[in-house]
Amino acid sequence: MKGTDVLLDQDYKYGFVTDIETDTIPAGLNEDIVRLISRKKNEPAFMLEWRLKAYQRWLTMTEPAWQRVHYPQINFNDVVYYSAPKKKGDGPKSLDEVDPELLRTYEKLGIPLQEQKMLAGVAVDAVFDSVSVATTFKKKLEDAGVIFCSFSEAIQKHPDLIKKYMGSVVPHSDNFYAALNAAVFSDGSFVYIPKGVRCPMELSTYFRINAADTGQFERTLIVADEGSYVSYLEGCTAPKRDKNQLHAAVVELVALGNAEIRYATVQNWYAGDKQGKGGIYNFVTKRGKCAGAHSKISWTQVETGSAITWKYPGVILQGDYSTGEFYSVALTNNYQQADTGTKMLHIGKHTKSTIVSKGISARFGENTYRGLVKVSPKAEGARNYTQCDSLLIGDRCIANTFPYIEVDNHSARVEHEATTSKISEEQLFYCQQRGLSAENAVSMIISGFCKEVFNKLPMEFAVEANKLLGVSLEGSVG
Amino acid sequence: MLEVKDLRVSIEDKEILKGLSLSVRAGEVHAIMGPNGSGKSTLARAIAGHPSYTVTGGSIRYDGQDLLALAPDERARAGVFLAFQYPVDIPGVGNSYFLRAALNEVRKHRGQRELDAMEFLDLIKGKIKELDMDPELLKRPVNEGFSGGEKKRNEILQMTLLEPKLALLDETDSGLDIDALRIVADGVNRLRNPQRAIVVVTHYQRLLNYIVPDYVHVLVEGRVVKSGGKELALQLEAQGYDWVKPQTVAAH
Repeated sequence: MKGTDVLLDQDYKYGFVTDIETDTIPAGLNEDIVRLISRKKNEPAFMLEWRLKAYQRWLTMTEPAWQRVHYPQINFNDVVYYSAPKKKGDGPKSLDEVDPELLRTYEKLGIPLQEQKMLAGVAVDAVFDSVSVATTFKKKLEDAGVIFCSFSEAIQKHPDLIKKYMGSVVPHSDNFYAALNAAVFSDGSFVYIPKGVRCPMELSTYFRINAADTGQFERTLIVADEGSYVSYLEGCTAPKRDKNQLHAAVVELVALGNAEIRYATVQNWYAGDKQGKGGIYNFVTKRGKCAGAHSKISWTQVETGSAITWKYPGVILQGDYSTGEFYSVALTNNYQQADTGTKMLHIGKHTKSTIVSKGISARFGENTYRGLVKVSPKAEGARNYTQCDSLLIGDRCIANTFPYIEVDNHSARVEHEATTSKISEEQLFYCQQRGLSAENAVSMIISGFCKEVFNKLPMEFAVEANKLLGVSLEGSVG
Repeated sequence: MLEVKDLRVSIEDKEILKGLSLSVRAGEVHAIMGPNGSGKSTLARAIAGHPSYTVTGGSIRYDGQDLLALAPDERARAGVFLAFQYPVDIPGVGNSYFLRAALNEVRKHRGQRELDAMEFLDLIKGKIKELDMDPELLKRPVNEGFSGGEKKRNEILQMTLLEPKLALLDETDSGLDIDALRIVADGVNRLRNPQRAIVVVTHYQRLLNYIVPDYVHVLVEGRVVKSGGKELALQLEAQGYDWVKPQTVAAH
């Protein structure tokens, strides 16, 4: 061991491909493709109209270039916008009817649905490529009045809720990728928690990109009605492929008066190889709206995968006394790039936001925190606290911090703290001198660094996130 | 137990140890004294395997094996312990968690069962009392916000936990008031036994009133220039280091 040049050599564990018959449409994007997707999903007219409106809008928009990430031009006509496992007959009515190959895939991902049904107390809506195939725990949730289903199903069964809330936080015209998603999204998850209901279990969705050259455009909408509570977990993996794949999702959260939504993401999409070849482009729009007074939305994310991660889960603090939180760990290793952070828009009176961002860069990784805190003139007594910490491993990686602060109300208080540190040779030596291997030492120091964020994750996820960081950095000190 | 022969060590191409030899047997306590910059700490850190210290010549044998062939963590698990002069902060990592992880690594190596959190707590409670430490320090992150004295006690706490065969104390007395010094020395003395060797690196004789050494070595400019019994330390205290410096060195 010489120096702190940390080398990170772990193989991507989830890089297998599932051989499964799919219903895939030709590559390319035009109005016919949008119509085809809508038809395949047997959607009502309002959905097709919405998609077409988004598509027309998208045509007038240009791909943004302000972000601090570098990638070759994407040709949107090379992307396949819809791929679904082929259905046998009318599609599965229960798990027994689901393609066993598919279930084995879930098992490899560590989410044995059968077992989870009985054991984990976690309801999983598994999105495989574009169609949601299995939803467990439906019964228990139904008894509580909770709706947790695929987006497609929600369009069929709960069109009024969809009409009312879809696009209410992230409009179809919001940005280039959000417009693209609105035009071509194939599935996703929908959650509705009725008034005063505390969701009886953690809800969880595993997304997975399987087919080659497929973009995944899922859409998630969570509505927490007055006085309700829900905690939602999202985990992501994708197979290893040489070509880059695009993932442009939209997540919308709506919290009405006194409602609380906690949304946690553990993102481990394929990051590309050590030379930076392949990997997922994770260009995602996530936003929540604290629509009612005393509502609360909390984002927690652990981003260890993807070639490029580019997202800013934010909160519109519209209701008086509402609270927004953002807790983030972003790890960039090898040639990974991340430009991530949050937007906290204070509109209501006495609104409060907390931002804790931990960026870790290793090897040639580039990690950027970009965050906006905006206090509008009416946001009397608004408070924000921001803390951005960067940890560098080795001396060829990069960390940037770009905080944007706009305050239009004099009673507001906005605090920002930022630190940058390195894992020092002395720290490593100290741990090793106590008998810890260099790898264990690095992973211990890193989990210490991330502790404030991990503490916000549900227990099982915190353990998983810790392991994930350990795995991503394994192979370690050279 | 420890056989250092003609050891040459450099930091960034500057030679600090210039052919140092030292022999320590089990059950002995050796004190390494010497003026600032004579290479005392370098010796301790080189034995522990600090990556900044390059061994350019000589050998270190420990317990019948070539110590230089082992990584720092392997040396630690084999029973070499260094109490740091400047213990390092590890933000976010609980002291108790860290101590248990270290202890379990060492226990694993010795073929012993790993301790769970409860068993560990029982074990540490007694030790922490012996050192008159605030139990709150177990909950805090490793060394973060500890006072100088608390850090030093924390080092001795780790030493009593890990029960090394060879303990190296690098200026453990610096920054301690007289009461703390006595507590730390008592902790070290409790560890004295016929199977264990202790090497105390210190600038001042003061510590040696409490930890009475069997041998004292004086280091000047990277070499041992004089060795003797515990009375040598008193002589150094009274007369300073000049008289032991070789003529060629003193002429500088």
